[in-house]
Amino acid sequence: MNWAAVKSMYVSEMMRFFRTIAQSFISPVISTSLYFVVFGAAIGSRIDQVEGVSYGAFIVPGLIMLSVMTQSLSNASFGIYFPKFIGTIYELLSAPVNFLEIVLGYVGAAATKALFIGLVILATAALFVDVQIQHPVAMLLFLVLTCLSFALFGFIIGIWAGNFEQLQLIPLLVVTPLVFLGGSFYSISMLPPLWQKITLFNPVVYLISGFRWSFFGISDVPIGLSLMAIAGFTALCLAIIWWIFRTGWRIRS
Amino acid sequence: MAAIVEIRDLRKTYAGGFEALKGVNLAIEEGEILALLGPNGAGKTTLISTICGITNPGTGQVTVGGHDVVENYREARSMIGLVPQEINLEPFSRVKDSVAFSRGLFGKPRDDAAIEKILRQLSLWDKRDARVVELSGGMKRRVLIAKALSHDPQVLFLDEPTAGVDVELRKDMWDIVAELKAQGTTIILTTHYIEEAEAIADRVGVINGGELLLVEEKAALMARLGQKTLQIELQNPVTEVPDALKPYGLELVLDGHALRYSYDTRGESTGITRLLSDLSAAGLSMRDLQTEQSSLEDIFVGLVREGSA
Repeated sequence: MNWAAVKSMYVSEMMRFFRTIAQSFISPVISTSLYFVVFGAAIGSRIDQVEGVSYGAFIVPGLIMLSVMTQSLSNASFGIYFPKFIGTIYELLSAPVNFLEIVLGYVGAAATKALFIGLVILATAALFVDVQIQHPVAMLLFLVLTCLSFALFGFIIGIWAGNFEQLQLIPLLVVTPLVFLGGSFYSISMLPPLWQKITLFNPVVYLISGFRWSFFGISDVPIGLSLMAIAGFTALCLAIIWWIFRTGWRIRS
Repeated sequence: MAAIVEIRDLRKTYAGGFEALKGVNLAIEEGEILALLGPNGAGKTTLISTICGITNPGTGQVTVGGHDVVENYREARSMIGLVPQEINLEPFSRVKDSVAFSRGLFGKPRDDAAIEKILRQLSLWDKRDARVVELSGGMKRRVLIAKALSHDPQVLFLDEPTAGVDVELRKDMWDIVAELKAQGTTIILTTHYIEEAEAIADRVGVINGGELLLVEEKAALMARLGQKTLQIELQNPVTEVPDALKPYGLELVLDGHALRYSYDTRGESTGITRLLSDLSAAGLSMRDLQTEQSSLEDIFVGLVREGSA
């Protein structure tokens, strides 16, 4: 393993993050506060409790997941698309590194940023509602795995994208709807029976459900299934990235 | 000297079916400066990109320091520095961070003293904290070279280092290349400027249409392929070449005031003595004579035409 290269890529990506540290932290804090004002205060006052948890607290895991997923995705996709766009990818391709080292450097940095933001949102949420975490280790595990798997997915999107429009396309058209419909702000049990079945085809449901379980001990789907879903998604993304670097798809002519 | 880079029957066909390299064989000796000369689209950049791993490997084999660039890519690439043709730099990073990034990427531990040495050598030390976006075009090119040198490569590829660069900077670049050669770095540069190859290369390879037409010592190349011309100025102008002189293939120039004779220095006899005596016999008197050595450019144009004919 070329650890010096992994460190070099990771540090360089993190430096890019710290150059925009203010907006990186301020924007999630503001958007989380807005969600609490709108969902927590306005809607929450009409919904008393969801499965024994106050609505304000109930949406905290979903809010964190929403931000973490979109942040991992956009950080990682931009992180690898940018070198492609400005041409600096030649350095990665001509360096003595393999796909795993590139992934550890770029995806690792994107996941770290998203993790930071997830924790910032958790801290912000704690200012508004009383947040109890029943299984802190599982909570961190889910958080880290979600950051990693979505950063891997974002990395693939960044390599696939041929322009900035395509870079936004998948997050906007696929991921955001899946996250919103994945039970971020409601329990699946609140849906009509037919929709309860349909929604099980949404992979994000398993991630949010597992994450919420680590907070309140309640879940829409069994916790083991949630873990399997996230592990499977991570493995699938890794396999695709391995294939990309083996064939040079969209990066080497 | 031993070959540090060996290319055997390298072929590269792009996905669209375009055959960019058609079986290139080349051995590059340690410590030399080899200029690959060729027009745009000749395959120069493809050759470098295939060796460095920027394009998918073609067929054939390339070794650097005995390491196969595909099988043992880590060892091979660790020996290579690459300066691309385009100014591809992250605009917002600082010069020293950008160079340190490259060093790390090639597996070398952080070494501020090594980076300082490179930046000083390339007159970039004063700009170490500047962001790349603030630099002039010439400075950016220096940063690219600094990045390529950051891991002390034994072999440096310079892809058109002076394309679109002003005269002064080009001279600077040549000095840098000479200095690197003095330190023992093997340098392969591509160019379509003949004067560049003529000025700095030890050997010149001519590439066109994906084929390496020849590789020669620069001096030998010029001597071997050197065409010379003899221009004979006449006392009295003529309207056409006299019949007796037709076999010489003379060209009438300067409105009939001069005749131009082309000859090959490689030939056993240049035919000059016979021409001059036939000239007197034809009743033409000479005012002046001058000879001209063809430049590398003429040689090159001749070769490329031959190749495409």
